Amino acid sequence: MSEPVIKCESVYKIFGENAETMLKEANGNVDAKTFQENGCIVGVNNASFEVSKGEMLVVMGLSGSGKSTLLRCISRLTDATGGKIFIEGQDLLNLNNKELIDLRRNKMGMVFQSFALLPHKTVVENIAFPLQIKGINTEDSINKAMDMVKLVGLDGRENYFPRELSGGQQQRVGIARSLAVEPDIWFLDEPFSALDPLIRKEMQDEFLRLQEKLQKTIMFITHDFDEALKLADRIAIMKDGIIEQLDTPANIVLNPATEYVRKFTEEVPREKVLLIEDVMDSTTTEDIGDLKVSKDEIIENVAEKILTQEKTVAVIDNSNNIVGSINPTKIINTVFGGRKNNN
Amino acid sequence: MELFKKYPKLFQWIFLLIVFFALCFAIDVPETYKFIRGQAEFVKDPNQSTFVFLGKEVRYYAFDVFWRLPPLLGWLPIWINDSLFFLMNDWMPMEFWNEDTQEYKTRPLVLQITRNLTAFMTFLIELIREILLGGLETIVAFTSWDWIDANPWAELPGLPWTIVAAGSAILAYKLGGRGLAIFAGLAMTYISIFGQWKPSMQTLSFILVAAPLSFIFGLSLGIAAFKSKRVEKALYPILLVMQTMPQYAVLVPALVLFGVGDHAAVIITMIVAVPPMILLTLLGLRAVPPEVIEAGRMSGCNNWQLMFKVLIPTARRDILIGVNQVIMVCFSMAVISAFIGAKGLGFNLLLALNQLNIGLALEAGLCISLIAILLDKMSLAWANKQVDYFGNLNFFQRNKNSLFFGLIMIVGIVLAYFGSIYFKDGYNYLFEVPHNKGISTADFWNKGVDWIFDTFFVYIKAFNTWLIVEVLQPMRALYLRMPAIATILLIVGAGYLIGGTRSALVVCGLTLFIALSPWWDRALVTTYMATFGVIVSCIIGFTVGTLCFQNKYSTKFMLNVCDIFQTFPSFVYLIPVMMLFGITDTSVLIAVIVYATIPATRYTIEGLRSVPSGLHDAATMSGVTKFQRLFKIEFPLAFPHMMLGLNQTIVFALFMVIIGAFIGTEDLGQYILKALSDKKGAGIGLTLGICVAFIGLIFDNLIRTWVDKRKKHLGID
Repeated sequence: MSEPVIKCESVYKIFGENAETMLKEANGNVDAKTFQENGCIVGVNNASFEVSKGEMLVVMGLSGSGKSTLLRCISRLTDATGGKIFIEGQDLLNLNNKELIDLRRNKMGMVFQSFALLPHKTVVENIAFPLQIKGINTEDSINKAMDMVKLVGLDGRENYFPRELSGGQQQRVGIARSLAVEPDIWFLDEPFSALDPLIRKEMQDEFLRLQEKLQKTIMFITHDFDEALKLADRIAIMKDGIIEQLDTPANIVLNPATEYVRKFTEEVPREKVLLIEDVMDSTTTEDIGDLKVSKDEIIENVAEKILTQEKTVAVIDNSNNIVGSINPTKIINTVFGGRKNNN
Repeated sequence: MELFKKYPKLFQWIFLLIVFFALCFAIDVPETYKFIRGQAEFVKDPNQSTFVFLGKEVRYYAFDVFWRLPPLLGWLPIWINDSLFFLMNDWMPMEFWNEDTQEYKTRPLVLQITRNLTAFMTFLIELIREILLGGLETIVAFTSWDWIDANPWAELPGLPWTIVAAGSAILAYKLGGRGLAIFAGLAMTYISIFGQWKPSMQTLSFILVAAPLSFIFGLSLGIAAFKSKRVEKALYPILLVMQTMPQYAVLVPALVLFGVGDHAAVIITMIVAVPPMILLTLLGLRAVPPEVIEAGRMSGCNNWQLMFKVLIPTARRDILIGVNQVIMVCFSMAVISAFIGAKGLGFNLLLALNQLNIGLALEAGLCISLIAILLDKMSLAWANKQVDYFGNLNFFQRNKNSLFFGLIMIVGIVLAYFGSIYFKDGYNYLFEVPHNKGISTADFWNKGVDWIFDTFFVYIKAFNTWLIVEVLQPMRALYLRMPAIATILLIVGAGYLIGGTRSALVVCGLTLFIALSPWWDRALVTTYMATFGVIVSCIIGFTVGTLCFQNKYSTKFMLNVCDIFQTFPSFVYLIPVMMLFGITDTSVLIAVIVYATIPATRYTIEGLRSVPSGLHDAATMSGVTKFQRLFKIEFPLAFPHMMLGLNQTIVFALFMVIIGAFIGTEDLGQYILKALSDKKGAGIGLTLGICVAFIGLIFDNLIRTWVDKRKKHLGID
């Protein structure tokens, strides 16, 4: 893989009057308490990570953990206090205003928690807004916007005003608007948090379907750990501005790096998160039954089949080679026993 | 001791009052002191002391400094006045080309600027006026008098009243639906039939110029304040003073700068109407959710696009409420600026009041109120109207209102043409009903007033005498009896107890300004009248508000009544009280009470309404009676909001007291009125205005600080 699309090198965001001098004096060792005593609030503390093309990084944290601030640093809605941010190799913090506007008009799209639709424009006008801001004429932009309306399944409602739509529909408009300029990078700031649980699930599935088709590079912010597990390629868990752990969902569940992360993973139904690959034995024994399962299956989907077997089950990869084995005891241990071991 | 610990604040207040009264009793009234009435102040008296500051001589009666402070700021009005005259007449003379005389002429810069501004305003007003009423000034402005003599056909004929009436009905229909349209049509027809067309259209043209200009200025300044903290900080004190500054006071300096007439009136109106527009613009822009702004930024908006495509459309409603405010201020000013020669209904109203022709005054006042209510309702309807989508309509549906208006134009012109044939010899009633040919009810009203006077004279007089002798005179004497040092101590002490050192310093500064001006006594009289008005208004407003709140329909009814009363230009209130009580202090006070009761009632109702319904339910489930709920739940929680109402009540009362000078009072307002006819009145008028504004601001500061603390304490926003 070539260059990462988003690359952060020790990014700091500190609010307060003399934040910059304090950051310099701290010499890379930022302690939130000392800063707070001096009237500064640490939003993001030494965040370094990369997001590669087509990957979905979910940043998860409770309110006040700095996850939204981090996103706003990367979209440069606020300026980071320290560190470096590269978007496709371009140094974001050194862009002038015009270059920044160009970047946003062509490369970035963003979805907001409260939808942030313009109340005086119809659905299709809202979606066409970024295109018109870019200078595309009315007819072309409306045509393009109509494609987006179809993409998010709002056909027939294109002339409604936001006030006439339900929350889920409004967020569909928000999603369509953020996709209108066909951005490479897609920021989503708690897009489903304001929705009812049922609608939220429906929107998550819809979102996965869209991503399958579009393959954008995504940073997705959420406070819902289940949502993070369901959507993410990798998850970054934040607390007090610090990224506590950044890893794949399975690794986070299996090997929580800190006590804080472990608390989240405790209640997680493992069979819904872990793949066969994550728990199989990579050694193969002689005593293998007829059943074969793919290593990419989620445990929940094949558990019943495996548990009815008396013998060990073979695990295969995409090209049907046996890469490991798994026995029913292992499944039972993972689902029920694993938690106790960790305690 | 335990009591003391339990209620420390209470004892601090008691201590403050004890000191205050001790000072009052300790300091005797000096023998030479008397309240100076009328012109006596301008007579040179050998007993007067003098001092000279910045080359200005100030004369005053010296007293013990504990009793009255010397007017150390007495030079200020003279200095302001001299500076103004210097600016206008001597500062930076320059050569300017004069169109009329075709030669260069030397003129001071400021004079040239104000004259150009004046000419521009006059042109705008004439343009609108001639569209509505006809005339030739506008055409002349583009050509010449000779040309118009040669081409008499080019004179603008003006619109027949039928077209204006129907046009406003169509506009009202578009904005607010059928009910508003019927009201608009009826109001316009009434104005025409009762012969008030010409002055009404003059007033309307004045407002159609003043309101849009105020809107543009207010909006741009509001945007500037939103963008830059520095601009906001610079504007803030001006906005604060302008909120409590009586509109009268602005008239005088403007008179010097811009002369007499409609154009000066427009400029003054802008000065008064721009501050609320700035405030509401700022409020609206601030209320735009941050995520909407971010969405705009992420869509790649530059600053200009962000402001005009995202922020302003999103803040549309607040900005349009600002337009509503601007229109209301314009109406109020349309009457007041009649003092400096603005034509129209206000002028007629003033003239009629001067001649004590109550009937005529009532007619003019009614017309003003009708137009005011109409424009108020229309602008509110506009603010609350949601944007419509037109994309899927055909040409006719999209433009039906314009098409309909075009049709009305043709019908109106045809009607007017037939009218000119039918009423060959007399007036064309289908074009314009002249002033003296309309139906007049003035005689009826005058007779009514006479009858009331004849029938109830004894009772009214008895009431009047009782009020003045038993209540007002003693109260006034009490206020004047306060030694200056005691008053200042009381105010500063209250400031300290309510808001700490900061508040104490602010009110101390404001009070000292008044105390060091030559008008401390007058300020006391103003305060006494306002206090009396505020107390009575609060009692009435509080009771009425609480009673009305018991029932959903009466609540709604009362709020509507408040809305309509608030729309009347303040001057209109003087008509009925003069009708009933003649020219006395009682009339002024009753006008003050009626006017100031509006905010008292409104805020009581809104305060009670703001109590969360969850608390209602909780209280009901605890088994409270109606009275318990009122006294234990609703009043304590609504109290902060009601105190804001008190704040408004004070501002309204002060305004009306000042306007009451027209009837005849002995307070600051009377001096402002006098300054209007004084050649050197500009400085005096402005300083007096600031004094009144400061009285308002002292109370404003105290009440607001208290409310903020209380709200924080109760945990409500």
